[in-house]
Amino acid sequence: MTAEAEEHRWFEHAVQALLPELLGVARRLAWNPADAEDLVEETIAKGWLARATLRERDRFNGWMIRILTNLFLSKYRFEAHHPHEPLETEGDFSLFERMHQPFLLWWSTPEQEFLDRLLREDLVHAIEGLAEPFRIVVTLADVEELSYAEIAALLEIPIGTVRSRLARARAQLQKALWDHACQAGLRKEQKEVGPE
Amino acid sequence: MTDEAPMTCEAALRLLAEFLDGELGEARHQEVEHHLAACRSCFSRAEFERRLKAEIGSLRREEISPSFDARVRQLLDSFSTSPRGSAGGS
Repeated sequence: MTAEAEEHRWFEHAVQALLPELLGVARRLAWNPADAEDLVEETIAKGWLARATLRERDRFNGWMIRILTNLFLSKYRFEAHHPHEPLETEGDFSLFERMHQPFLLWWSTPEQEFLDRLLREDLVHAIEGLAEPFRIVVTLADVEELSYAEIAALLEIPIGTVRSRLARARAQLQKALWDHACQAGLRKEQKEVGPE
Repeated sequence: MTDEAPMTCEAALRLLAEFLDGELGEARHQEVEHHLAACRSCFSRAEFERRLKAEIGSLRREEISPSFDARVRQLLDSFSTSPRGSAGGS
C-alpha cells in the first residue's frame, strides 16, 4: 500500500469513528438538520485538505471539532444572523429552586426524579429553542467543553460576556425544561399524590 | 488556619457555575468545595447542576442515518481518486 493510500484509509477510519460526534456538535450549533449535515461534510472536506497540518494523529478528534466550530462561526459571523437581537431572558431562573417549592415536596428528591425522567428529546428541544447566541455558548461550554477563555476567543467577545451569556442561557434552558415538565404533567402528578 | 469567615450559601451558589465549569482559581475552588461538603442544600443543588450539565454533554453524539452515512462515504471515496490537495466535490 502506498503512503497516500494508507493516509486515505486512516483518514476514512478516523472520520467514520468521529462521525456521530461531528454530527452531534453540528446539530447543537446549527439547529437545522440539513445545515448540520452540510457543515459536517464541509468539515470533512476541509480536514482532508488540511491534513498535512495535523501534527499528531492522536489529536485528530479535537482538531476536526475545532474545524467544524470555526466553519460554523465564520458562517454565523458572515451571515450576521441576529447581531443586535435583544436577548430576552428569565433572569436568575433556577430549575432546582422551582422543584423545591413546598407544593412539590411530596417527592423526597424532586430533582433526581426530574433528571431520571428527562428525555434526550426534551433536552434537545429546549436547546433548540434558545436564541442563537445562547445556543452557541451552551454548546461550546457544555457539549464541546471549552474553557471560558477559548469561547471568548472563538466568539471574539470578552470573558465577562461569556460568563453572563452562559448564565442567562442556562437560566433560559432551565425555564424551558420547567415549562415542559409542567406541561408534561409535573403538576398533575403532584395533584394525584397530594392530600385532599 | 485562616481568619476568613466560612463561605455563605449565597456566595457558594453565585460561584457554582464557574466551579462546575472548572473556571475558579484553586483557592476559590477549594472554598466552594468545603462549603459543599458542609452544606447539604448547596450540595444537592450542585449535584443537580452537575448532572444536568452532563446530560447536555451527552448530546455530543448523534445517530447517523443511512442516507447521511452514504453521503459521507461517497465524499470520502472521492478523496482517493482526486489529485492531492483537492477535496473533491465540495
